[in-house]
Amino acid sequence: MDEGLRSELQKQGIFTTTLEEIYNWGRKNSVWPLGFGLACCAIEMIAASMSRWDLARFGAEVFRPSPRQADLMIVAGTVTKKMAPQVVRLYNQMPEPKYVIAMGACAISGGPFKQGYNVLKGIDRYIPVDVHIPGCPPRPEALLHAFITLQRKITEQQLTGPNRPRHLRRDAPSEFPIPEYGAHDLVPPSHPGLWRPPGLVR
Amino acid sequence: MADLLDSPYLILVLLILGALGFALVPLGLAALWARCFSPAKPGLIKNATYECGLESKGDAWVQFHVQYYLYAIIFLIFDVETIFLLPFAVSFLQLPPGAFVAMMIFLLLLVEGLVWAWQKGVLRWK
Repeated sequence: MDEGLRSELQKQGIFTTTLEEIYNWGRKNSVWPLGFGLACCAIEMIAASMSRWDLARFGAEVFRPSPRQADLMIVAGTVTKKMAPQVVRLYNQMPEPKYVIAMGACAISGGPFKQGYNVLKGIDRYIPVDVHIPGCPPRPEALLHAFITLQRKITEQQLTGPNRPRHLRRDAPSEFPIPEYGAHDLVPPSHPGLWRPPGLVR
Repeated sequence: MADLLDSPYLILVLLILGALGFALVPLGLAALWARCFSPAKPGLIKNATYECGLESKGDAWVQFHVQYYLYAIIFLIFDVETIFLLPFAVSFLQLPPGAFVAMMIFLLLLVEGLVWAWQKGVLRWK
């Protein structure tokens, strides 16, 4: 529908919408996060869900204890190599559509523990991350910002067409391979189809 | 036809139809939406029984070793002993000598049981 006509109608008190818009509007205002924390970032996540920052304003206060009921995984904290398979398995058990926020320096890159032999250098090596938040730990405001960014992303998702998101495509996988403990590292060290680190262009 | 329309139960039939529609239409719409827009993607991991992130190992029908039974019995004996010992200790100074002797006999019986179990090699876990 033409934007001009639409705003003209709005001035007359007639609101128009599309199925896609109303569907995305409903989805973005009732994102249920999975209630799990890995390290200190989880404390900030808990603070964000409490009355002072009040994540409930965005419809995301319902932290679910089961992955079967959750839409959003907030990876809050250092992912150790011991923990990574469990995180990926929990992600796999979430129903579609599902989103991931990597919260804090550790979850996006290993952070201050990057040199540690036991620390995964970013959860985006194994699962598709929608929003990265830097910070050590990020303030609850940063998590709110990440959440609003995610809401914006959900709003723009198309129901049909070639650009529709992964969960609407029948052939796109819902489960991602779970890494296993190898002799020195997780096997494989990253999901090759998912993790493409930026190369240096000279 | 006129009889049917005059029937006092007609309103009930209409209400039942309305109630059924009220329940089935949203369900049907949801099913239709799922058919058109959200393909189901079940999988081995997704359908796994446990939701804690860990893999379940082995069988749920585990058999405990029969030795565990003796451990439980010995634990129970000393559990009961503690319950008796506490009031005994609290009112120790007010007790007549007879009660003291009775308590000592009780303790002796328990210790005897322990010595017996020890000699039988029950406390050695194999």
